[in-house]
Formats: sequence, C-alpha cells, structure tokens
Amino acid sequence: MSNASLYDRYHRQIILPGFGEEGQQNLLNAKVFVVGAGGLGCPALQYLTGAGVGTIGIADDGVVALNNLHRQILYSANDIGLSKAEQAANILRQLNPEINIIPFKTRLTNQNALTLFESFDIIIDGTDNFSTRYMINDACVLLRKPLVYGAVSQFEGQVSVFRNETQDDVNYRDIFPDPPKNDEVPNCAQAGVLGVLPGIIGMMMANETIKIITGIEVPLANRLLIYNSLTNEVYQFNLSPGKTKPAGVPENTSKFLKTDYEWLCASSAANEQIDADTFNALIEKGNIDVIDVREPHELPEVNEFGNIKIPLAQLANSTNQIRSDSVVTFCQTGNRSLVAVKILRRFFGGDKKIYSLRGGIVAWKNRVKQYERQQG
Amino acid sequence: MKEFRKANGGKFVAVIFMGMNIILFGQLVDIAGSSVFIDSVPDTDRLVNVLHNTYPALAETKYVIAVDKQVITSNTFLNENSVVALLPPFSGG
Repeated sequence: MSNASLYDRYHRQIILPGFGEEGQQNLLNAKVFVVGAGGLGCPALQYLTGAGVGTIGIADDGVVALNNLHRQILYSANDIGLSKAEQAANILRQLNPEINIIPFKTRLTNQNALTLFESFDIIIDGTDNFSTRYMINDACVLLRKPLVYGAVSQFEGQVSVFRNETQDDVNYRDIFPDPPKNDEVPNCAQAGVLGVLPGIIGMMMANETIKIITGIEVPLANRLLIYNSLTNEVYQFNLSPGKTKPAGVPENTSKFLKTDYEWLCASSAANEQIDADTFNALIEKGNIDVIDVREPHELPEVNEFGNIKIPLAQLANSTNQIRSDSVVTFCQTGNRSLVAVKILRRFFGGDKKIYSLRGGIVAWKNRVKQYERQQG
Repeated sequence: MKEFRKANGGKFVAVIFMGMNIILFGQLVDIAGSSVFIDSVPDTDRLVNVLHNTYPALAETKYVIAVDKQVITSNTFLNENSVVALLPPFSGG
C-alpha cells in the first residue's frame, strides 16, 4: 500500500494526539485472532478491520441463522446458511481490502487452540459458552498472550483485559475460579439479548485491543468493567491474582491438551451420576479408580471390583491415592458419594472425570442380581 | 433493621438505616432483585450466610463478591459504609 493511500484511509485516527503514523504502523503490524463471529465478534471485527489491524484471524464453525441478524451485524438475510467465518471474511475484505483476513471454519478446541493462537499477538474472546471461555483463557495464560474478554447477559455486559505477561496479571480464573456449568447460567438463546448490547460490548473489546496495540492509555487490565444498558451505569471492579489455585490453569501444555473442557462445564445433573450399567462399562475400559467413601464397618462388603476405601471425612486429605484419569465414588445409597464428587472436583478441576454411582452399592448389587436372573 | 430519627426543632430531617445495601448483577437480579438491604454484618462470610438463608437459590449460583470495588478472594471485614456487590459470570456472546 502506498503511503499516500495509507495516510488517506487512516487519516482521522493518525491525527489523534498520541496515535500518529507510529500507532497506525503498530496496527498494521498487529495480528489479532477473534474467536466467535457472533454478537460480540461482528462489531469487534468490523472496527478492527476499519482501524487497519494488519492480520485478523476469525474462528467460527457456525452458519448464519435468521435469529442472528438482529445483533450479528456483518450478515444479511441473503447469508442465511453460509459459514460465519467465511462470510464475515468476505464482508470485511470489502471494507478493507488492504489487510489480511484469515477465516477458520473449525470449532476451536483445546486440540487446535495453541496452534491457531501461536502466530497471533492478541486473542479476542467472543464466544457464547463457558467451556470455550475457560479453554481460551488457559491457552492464553500458557502462551502468555493478551486476551480481551467480553460477555453479555440480558441487559448487562462484562469487559476485561488479561495481559498474561507476568504472574501478577489477572486472568479469567482469578475472577471466577469455579467453572459454572453451561446450563447454570442462561445464555443469549435462553435469556434473550437486545442486539445493541453485544454491539456496545464488542466495540469496547475492539477499543481495548487497539489500546493494547498502540499503547495509548492503559488497557482494562486487572479490572472488570460491567455496563448496564438499562440504567447506563458503568461499574469497574479491581481484581487481584488468586493466591491459591487448586483447580486453576493447567500447569503445562500436555495437561492442557488432556483437560476435558466440555466436561468441566457440562450440566451437573447429567454428568455427576452414572448408573450401574455405565459404571460396569467404565470398569471394563480400565484406567479408573473406584472409591468407597463409606465408613470402614459398613456392609455389604464390596469385592466384586477393585476399590480404594477412603471414608468421606478423610477424602480431601487422601487425594494422593487417586491416580487414574476417571474416578467413580460410591457409598451406600448414593448421597455421600455426591458430596465426594464435589470435593474431588474442587481439587482436581478438569484433570479427571469424576462421577458418583447413582443409588450407591445397594442399587448396583440389585442391578447385578437382576441381570443374573435375566441370564439364568 | 434499626431506625434513628433526628428531630430538629420538631422537624424531621433524616432517616439513617443501620444496615448494608448489596448490589446484584446479571442473573442474580432474577433471584433477589437488583439490590438487597440487610442488617449489618461484620464480614463477608457472615454476609454470605445471611444471603443464602434469605435467598436459598443464591447458594446454587456461582458469583464473586466485591467490597468497595475490589473483588475479594477471602473473608473480608465490612463496615457501615462498605459497598458490596455480587458479580456472577456471564457466558453470552
């Protein structure tokens, strides 16, 4: 691009105090990756493209739907059914043909995130579910990449910047250490959202991104901003890095790759308990620790399958006995083992799959008897 | 809730409530409203007890507490002037 056209296209921002040609050059050299080309991603992408961010990656595996159009402002009615990543790239190239836009039609998972993020400078989280949000956060902490976070709920939006340069930089897990279940907090599809709100929050995310790249002012690091679109109130909260993180960011990339983020935020009702048949199938598969959380004197004795005996009260201090990737806890009728699941999940986070045997050992023995009767 | 009324020449001038106002955000508003007023408590652990007894659904929801605009990670003393907010995570995008 010639200097003359560069100067012309970006003239109104180049003349800003503290911005100048240097700020513009920083933008043109920057590589920003936007995860999710939806309500937050669309406005963020549009303004970053306009501002002249030199390379923009877009990851979204979804297609445009009619009920997206009220807030996902890059798409039109003719785009319904088309890939969001590709269609967003097409529209943005028309807006600014002089930058490099790379669409990825794939779903971002912990298996591809590190590779995709590697060649970018800043990551923007415009996703709509907790599993992906925690995964993106962990990837950015491990790669030490700045993450611009935004999320909405009905009439309120949150924005923050996680710089990830040093240990003192707050990340998402310092604010919300316990991953909520995906069905615990209503998303836009369930709770509704006015199109303007993700528009405002997405633009704030673009604004923070530009501040990080150009170094103008201080980005929203170690602070959480909450905007209420009904009252027009804006709140800012100061954040400190967490002192202890028993279930925090995976220590290294190999643990990150093994973390099951879908499960981490999977709905609790569906995933905490397993029935006798599923339990037997898991034992068959192996790599599982079965834990009897009853008191030592309780009957019936269980010797049909291998199990470790750790009474519930001692469980929190005996986690070193648990080594397998899958863990099933059981008690007499399935109540104490639910408490055991909570204790273990708090300790292991997403490192292990932890279940409770529904109905306890009583239900399991009955099921086995029933099965034997059917067979014989 | 204690109530103090000051009289000035027989004219009522101020009502001071000895209690705390808690601001709620996001889905917590559906449980308890956008703000709740409770009797003063000395620290955030006791605040959580009172809130969870009054609004049991809060105990089933994830949120963090901010005191005077600082998100806290452990039990924190409160005074009459403390501004307390309950912040839930949002997932929408």
